[in-house]
Amino acid sequence: MDHAHAAEAHAAHPGHLDTTTGLDSRKMAFWGFIGSECLLFGSLIATYMGYKGKSEFLGMGPYPHDGGWKNRAGEVMNHGILDIPLTTISTFILLMSSVAMVLALNYTQRGDRKNSVLWLLMTALGGSIFLGFQVYEFTHFYNEGLTLSSNLFGSTFFLLTGFHGAHVTVGVIYLITLAVMAQRGLIPPAKALNVEIAGLYWHFVDVIWIVIFPLVYLIK
Amino acid sequence: MASTATVATPHHVAAHKAPTGIWSWITTVDHKRIGILYGVTSFLFFLVGGLEAILVRIQLAVPNNDFISAELYNQLFTMHALTMIFLALMPLTAAFFNYLVPLQIGARDVAFPRLNALSYWIFLFGGIFFNIGFLLPLFGGESQAPNAGWFAYAPITTRTYTPGLNMDFYVLGLQIVGLSSIIASLNFIITIINLRAPGMRLMRMPIFTWMVLVTNVLIVTAMAVFTIAVTELMFDRMFGTNFFNPAKGGDPMMWQHLFWIFGHPEVYILILPIMGMVSEVLPTFSRKPLFGYNVMVFSGILIGWLGWGVWSHHMFATGMGPIADTFFALSTMLIAIPTGIKIFNWLGTMWGGAIRFTTAMNFSIAFIAMFTLGGISGVMHSVAPADLQQTDTYFVVAHLHYVFFGGTVLGLWSGMYYWYPKVFGRMLDERLGHVHFWLTLIGMNVTFFPMHFLGLFGMPRRIFTYADNLGFNEMNMLATVGSLMISLGTLVFAFNLFTAWKRGRVAGPNPWGASTLEWSIPSPPPEYNFRELPVVRSRMPLWEGDPTKEAAIPHGRHEEDTQTVSFAGKTAEMPFPDDESKMSAHDLGIHLPPPSYWPVVLAAGITLTFGGLIFRPLDGALHNLWYVSILGVVLTAVSIYSWAFEPGH
Repeated sequence: MDHAHAAEAHAAHPGHLDTTTGLDSRKMAFWGFIGSECLLFGSLIATYMGYKGKSEFLGMGPYPHDGGWKNRAGEVMNHGILDIPLTTISTFILLMSSVAMVLALNYTQRGDRKNSVLWLLMTALGGSIFLGFQVYEFTHFYNEGLTLSSNLFGSTFFLLTGFHGAHVTVGVIYLITLAVMAQRGLIPPAKALNVEIAGLYWHFVDVIWIVIFPLVYLIK
Repeated sequence: MASTATVATPHHVAAHKAPTGIWSWITTVDHKRIGILYGVTSFLFFLVGGLEAILVRIQLAVPNNDFISAELYNQLFTMHALTMIFLALMPLTAAFFNYLVPLQIGARDVAFPRLNALSYWIFLFGGIFFNIGFLLPLFGGESQAPNAGWFAYAPITTRTYTPGLNMDFYVLGLQIVGLSSIIASLNFIITIINLRAPGMRLMRMPIFTWMVLVTNVLIVTAMAVFTIAVTELMFDRMFGTNFFNPAKGGDPMMWQHLFWIFGHPEVYILILPIMGMVSEVLPTFSRKPLFGYNVMVFSGILIGWLGWGVWSHHMFATGMGPIADTFFALSTMLIAIPTGIKIFNWLGTMWGGAIRFTTAMNFSIAFIAMFTLGGISGVMHSVAPADLQQTDTYFVVAHLHYVFFGGTVLGLWSGMYYWYPKVFGRMLDERLGHVHFWLTLIGMNVTFFPMHFLGLFGMPRRIFTYADNLGFNEMNMLATVGSLMISLGTLVFAFNLFTAWKRGRVAGPNPWGASTLEWSIPSPPPEYNFRELPVVRSRMPLWEGDPTKEAAIPHGRHEEDTQTVSFAGKTAEMPFPDDESKMSAHDLGIHLPPPSYWPVVLAAGITLTFGGLIFRPLDGALHNLWYVSILGVVLTAVSIYSWAFEPGH
C-alpha cells in the first residue's frame, strides 16, 4: 500500500483508523495463512510420526540410520541412508539465511537500498544452497534405493521434506522478486511491510525445518 | 413495517450507475456481486445435487430395481454428497458471508476484494471439474465420476481398488475447492477482525457475523488437514506412494483419522452459519432482542472448539478400544450442551414476543425443531455400543439428513427469504413461500423419518437395491414420495426466486423492521454500501431511538452519548434521498478497488495445474493431458505477478 493509496483509504474511513485494530490487514492475513500452514505441515508431520518405524518393523527396509540399504546397482550399503552431518550443514545455512532476512528488513526500513538488495539476495542465496543440498540428497537417496514407493519411510520422508522444499523454492523466488523491486527503488521505507511479510514467510519456513530436522534426522 | 414495505418509490431499485454487462461480472471485485455469483452458482449445484438424489430415490423406490446400474448408483450417491456439501451448501453459506458480512459490520468491502473474486472463480472451476466425470460419455468414454463415497475410505480409493479416473476427480477436485475455501476464509476472518465500523466492538457484532467468524476459523484449520489427506491420496494414486497401501504397511486408520479430523469440523462449518442466520431471523420476527446474546456467542465458540475433539465418533466401528471410544463418546455428548443452550435461547427469544409467521420465520422455527431431532439422533450415535448397530445403516442417513437438510437447508431457505429483499430490492412472494415451506417441511419428514426405521431394521446404506422380502419396501416407497415432494417445493422456490427478481413487491430499505446495519441502507445497496461509515453504539443500531424496543436492547449502553452520531439513512422511515442513492461511488469521492480480470485468470491457472494431473488417457477419447499442468503453472505464475503489480490495488 503506497502513500497515495493509504491516503485514499484514510479518506474512505473519515475520522478513524484505517482498520479496526490499527494493524495492517495484509500482515494479519499472513499470520492467518501461517496458522493454516501449521496444520498443513502438522498433518504431514503427524503422518510421518504415525508411520515412523513401521517400514522397518514390517521388514520393508532397514532403519534410515542403519546400513543394509540396497542401492540401484543392487549392492548392499553399509551406511545409513540419512547423512546427518551433511544435512546439519544445510540446516545451518538455512537458519543463517533467517539472520540475513532480519538484516534485509532492517536496511529496508532504514531506506538503505544497496544493503537491502544485498541482504535480500543473501537470504535467497541461503535458501538456494539449502535447495541445492536437498536436490543432491534426493538424487543420492534415489540412487541408494529410497524412492517414493519403496516403503512408508520413503513416502512420508519425500512428501514431508519435498513439501518443505517447495515452500523454500517459492520463498527464494519471492525474495529475488523483492530484491529486483528494491533495486528499482520500489520498496521505500514506507513500504517495508512488503519485506516484513516476506520475512514472516521465510522465518516460518525455517521454524518448520527446525521441527522437521530433529524429528526426521536426529531422532532414531 | 407494513407501510414501509408497500412504499413503491422507484429509487430503491434504481440503478446506481454501476457498470453492467458480462465482463463487469467476470472482473468484479465487489463483495455484493461476488455474493450473488456464489448464490446463483451454488443454487444451480444444489439443483444438480438434488437431481442426483432423486435418481437415487427412484432407484430405491421398489425392490430389485434396475432403473440405474450399480456403478452409476455409486457415482450418484457419492456425487450427491460431494455436490451438496462442497458445491451447494458451503458456497451458499459463502454467498451470505460475502453479501452480508461487510454490510453487517459497516464496511465498504471485504479486506481483500480480489482474493474474494479468486475464491469464487476457483470454486466455480473446481465445481465444473468435479462434474467432468459425468460428462465423459459425451467424449465417447464411460461415466467416471467419484464413486467411493464422500469420505473416500482408503485403501478402497487407491488405484489398486478403484483403477478408473473416478477418484482422481475426487482428489484433484477437492484440492481445488479446498483452496478456494481457505482463501475465502482468511479473507472473512480479517474482514471481521479488521474492517468493523467505529464502535462495532466484537460483542456488538451481529450474531450472524460472529458465527461466520467461528466458521471461518474452522475452515482455515480443518481444510488444511483435509488438503494434506487428499494430497497423500493423490500421491498414492498418481505417484505410487504407500500412505494407504496395506501391502507396504499403510494404515487404513490413517485416512480415517485425517478425514474425520476435517470431516467433523466440516459438520459445524455447515451448521454454525445457519445458527447465526436463524439467530437474526427469530428476533426480527419476534420483535424482541436475541435472548442471551453473550451466551449465544460463547456457545457458538464452544461448539467450534469442541467440534475439534469428537472426530472419532465416526469411527466407533473400527475397534479403537475402550479408552478412545469412551473419550469420544463423552466429548460428543458434551457438545450437545452448547447446542442445547442455543436451542433454549431461540425458544427464549420467541417467548412472549410479537411473532409474525412469515416464510422466513416459519423456516427458522422448523429449523429449530428439525435440527433438534437430528441432534437427538446424534446423541444416540455418541453411545458407542448403540452406534455399532447403527453404523452404515440408514439410521445414519436419517440422522445426517435431519441435520443437513432439517438444519442447514431449512436455515438457508430462511435466510434466503429474509435477505432476498436486501439483495434484489424486491420481496419474495409470501404465498408461494408458504407453499414451498410446507412442501419442504412435510416432504423432508416423509423422506427422512422412515429412514430411522429402515436403519434399525438393518437396511445398509450405499446399496443400489434390496431384496423383496426384507420389509424395506413400504418405507422406501414412502421416502421416494417424500423426496418428490421436496423437489416440487424446490421448484416452487426456484420459480419464486426467479419471478420475484423482476416482479416482486418493492422492498424498501428495511421491510422486516430488523435491527442490524445492513437494513439501514437502500435495497439493493449502492456499490459503496455506506455513504458515510456508521458509528455504532449498540448491538441493534436500528432499534435505537425507539423507546419501546430500546429498553430491551442488551448492552445498548449510552456511555458514548456525547459522541456525535451520523447515520446515513438510519431507519426505514428515513431512506436515502433520491439524488444521493443514484450517485456513484466516484461522484461521492469514495475509493473503491477497480475491477480486475486476474482473479479469473489465476483461478483458471490453478484449475489447469491440478486438472492436468489427470494425465492418463481417458478411454482413448482424450490423450495425455499432462501438458495442461505445465500451461496451468505458467498461467498461475504470470497471473500472480500481474496481480501483485496491478495498478490501483
